[in-house]
Amino acid sequence: MNKTCYGQLIFELSRPGRKGYSLPQNPWADTPQETLPAALVRTQPVGLPEADEPTVARHYTNMSNNNFGVDTGFYPLGSCTMKYNPKINEEVAALPGFTSLHPALPADYAQGALRLYDETQKILAELTGLAQFTLNPYAGAHGELTGLMVIRSYHMKRGDTARTKIIIPDSAHGTNPASAAVCGLSIVQVKSLPDGTIDIDSLKEVLGPDVAGMMMTNPNTLGIFEHQIPEIARLVHDCGGLMYYDGANFNPIVGICRPGDMGFDVMHINLHKTFSTPHGGGGPGSGPVGVRSGLEAFLPCPKVVCRDGHYELVKEDGETLGQISSHLGNYGIIVRAYAYLLSIGRENAHLVGQLSVLNANYIKECLKAFYKLPIDGLCKHEFVFDGLREDYGGDHSDPAHATTLDVAKRLLDFGFHAPTIYFPLLFHEALMIEPTETESKDTLDAFIAVMKQIAEEARDNRTMVKTAPHNTPAGRPDDVRAVKDAIFTYKPTAD
Amino acid sequence: MNYFPHTPADINAMLKTIGVDRIEDLFAEIPEQLKLAHALDIPTAKSESEVRHIIGEMADDNARLTCFAGGGAYDHYTPAIIPYIASRSEFSTSYTPYQAEISQGTLQYIFEYQTMMARLTGLDVSNASMYDGATATAEAMMMTVAAAKKRNRVVASATLLPAVLNVLKTYAKFHGVDLVVVAATAAGQSDLEAIGGLVDEGSVAGVIVPQVNRYGIVEDLSGLAEHLHAQKTLLALYGTASTLGVLKAPAEWGADIACGEAQSLGIPLSFGGPYIGYLCTTNALIRKMPGRLVGQTLDARGNRCFVLTMQAREQHIRREKATSNICTAQGVMCLYVAMYLSLMGDEGLKKVNEISAAGAAALRRGLTALPCFTEAFPGAPTLCEFTLRYSGHKPLAEVHKALADCGYLAGIIDVDDPTLITFAVTENRTKTEVDGLVEAFGQITA
Repeated sequence: MNKTCYGQLIFELSRPGRKGYSLPQNPWADTPQETLPAALVRTQPVGLPEADEPTVARHYTNMSNNNFGVDTGFYPLGSCTMKYNPKINEEVAALPGFTSLHPALPADYAQGALRLYDETQKILAELTGLAQFTLNPYAGAHGELTGLMVIRSYHMKRGDTARTKIIIPDSAHGTNPASAAVCGLSIVQVKSLPDGTIDIDSLKEVLGPDVAGMMMTNPNTLGIFEHQIPEIARLVHDCGGLMYYDGANFNPIVGICRPGDMGFDVMHINLHKTFSTPHGGGGPGSGPVGVRSGLEAFLPCPKVVCRDGHYELVKEDGETLGQISSHLGNYGIIVRAYAYLLSIGRENAHLVGQLSVLNANYIKECLKAFYKLPIDGLCKHEFVFDGLREDYGGDHSDPAHATTLDVAKRLLDFGFHAPTIYFPLLFHEALMIEPTETESKDTLDAFIAVMKQIAEEARDNRTMVKTAPHNTPAGRPDDVRAVKDAIFTYKPTAD
Repeated sequence: MNYFPHTPADINAMLKTIGVDRIEDLFAEIPEQLKLAHALDIPTAKSESEVRHIIGEMADDNARLTCFAGGGAYDHYTPAIIPYIASRSEFSTSYTPYQAEISQGTLQYIFEYQTMMARLTGLDVSNASMYDGATATAEAMMMTVAAAKKRNRVVASATLLPAVLNVLKTYAKFHGVDLVVVAATAAGQSDLEAIGGLVDEGSVAGVIVPQVNRYGIVEDLSGLAEHLHAQKTLLALYGTASTLGVLKAPAEWGADIACGEAQSLGIPLSFGGPYIGYLCTTNALIRKMPGRLVGQTLDARGNRCFVLTMQAREQHIRREKATSNICTAQGVMCLYVAMYLSLMGDEGLKKVNEISAAGAAALRRGLTALPCFTEAFPGAPTLCEFTLRYSGHKPLAEVHKALADCGYLAGIIDVDDPTLITFAVTENRTKTEVDGLVEAFGQITA
């Protein structure tokens, strides 16, 4: 990675009179132009940069050199499933036969695009054991919100309006309670057992006629498979609630077992996790939502419907929860996921689950002598260390101990991304590692060696760890200053 | 094609380290009755060339019509450099930039994007983007309610795009917002009098009106913000980002929030996504603002750097008390916008609007010269989009389809009034195409 950070902002490269655009001559320049009333038009310049194309090319290319991506190195990032993003996906998503389509194109003229959408939803339904998917939600959190809207619509349709509570384990991803709140539900938290699985007795205490449902992920955020899931689903169903599956952790069970068979009624899936579409530095993602048979009618519009081999777009129907997106979601992302699904296919699907779990367990076994492993035993796609072991600089009673943040920052020096840190909240020094199936044993061995070296440094040469990173384009940022200074836009300094 | 690097020897060595015999043993705790007992009914694995062929055929099975449709999505030109640079995998394959030390590329382009959007809207701050224009507006609606504390009524103008209104209605229903949609005036504009009347009742948290509305009309919002602010009601202005290059900035109208769709800034149509919603606001409302925010700070070496900041608002910290459940932005689409606006500058963006408006005026003159069309809203100021009333003998839907068979996406027929049709013209349309559409309309409706 190039270390020449602190390049200038595009505004600082701007020079009056530079042009980076190439527009056709106005063919109607000679005809009288209608002008807008003065009250409606801009009175001040916008203040956009003035830059030529070569400057723009070099500016953004240099910026990319200060970025780390999956193609640059390994992301052991728990719950984020940072797998390889295949390049054929990018190629087919860029076909003009997709990119040039206006969303108002009538269905008759978009049969190929609609077929791709429908084929994708069918494959997702089979992989998850559910009846039907909408691909309209734009992201995982948007999928959660949409799925919860399905659950509320189901209860409202039955006149069961008292069901306004949603049960969420304390180990859940932060988006779960936030999505539930946006959906107008109140949150009932259930405690986890020490291994992060649900305490069934605590669950029984909160079940009642006001429960709309329960949100869970399985395996949970500690990478532990909730083996009592059939019993949990039965209890929630018996009290009249529905089961929501957070698909953030779907990767390890692809081709092994299915949320629908576990008793889940509604789920979302992150195409940017399990189905290899790029994270893009935080978007665009895609969060399709699936439902079991009997709930299809509640899915959002527009819906893609196939009648006698002909695809139609349904923009309104009786029971739909409504519209949650302008059009058919992040369509370009769906094309990428479809390419991945075709590539992996029936023969290989189970290897996604198997090899991601193999990789996670391998790292865990190799490092547990150096990092505290609060929950031993087989994990699934990910596991959590509770910081360094006492004998490797992790003694909490020592105020100068090496923290999880220190370990994470030191990893950056060696060309690895940091794991997910301080989540889940069940441990003080959580360090959550998910390798995914696209990492080789060689990469894992290199990572393990570095993690051991960091542990030894934390014991023998702690300053090296506490002051890391040393070799990155930027040093540790002053987060407190960022809040205090509150600089969110570029403002030129006075000359 | 699969993407698994494991050799059989790797797998055996790893299983040995873990202490199990077979890879299936790693799933021993999963109850047997939950394990998949049948072969998955999904397509068999395809080679890369087969994937290219299959999806290529699907791409070919769509008609690439000459686009005269708008309605929130516009066929503006995307300079070649944008997808080229944005496809660099250092950008596209990166994660959300929590690790600022190795994410300055992403953080810096978002900071540039925020600056550009703040300047276009005239407001103090922009977030790091939202999913699309409709969801950005829904977030704006919830933001006004959160800021008002004890009010949950929001008034929206029926001149907003139908998709935006539909998304607002969905979010309102579930979030418990009392959304009142105020019908348009006969002139196709927001009924400011009726909106003002509702606001005067005193319990309205926010008002949402479009700056350029569903009919393409540039609305005159004089006096609206003053009226609202006297009742402590917030004003959210919906917009199409490209038009802000020539229109009065939302801040000049007194808007507290500017939200809308920024697809028009260099992002391909892509059948509706990925696009990018924008949301800008005043310093006073930053803590109620949803979404990611990048700020400038110094690093441990004393150099300028950028970080995700003000995260105390966000879901991963606040959980159910967060301002929103949003936990991403549209990432790479911010890069599209930042590069587009860097290339265009004030002057290029102005020219895009001028050529588009000139093309729209030419199409409008051509069509209104036909006997089947009249102005729907005579005298209303427009830019690159306008609405006509159709009174021909053949049903409009039939004409629209016949034109599609001739290669034209000839506008969008209004969902509420099927005699209205709205056309959009961009700088991508040639004189030949505009004249061709007029001629084809003439022949088909003759």
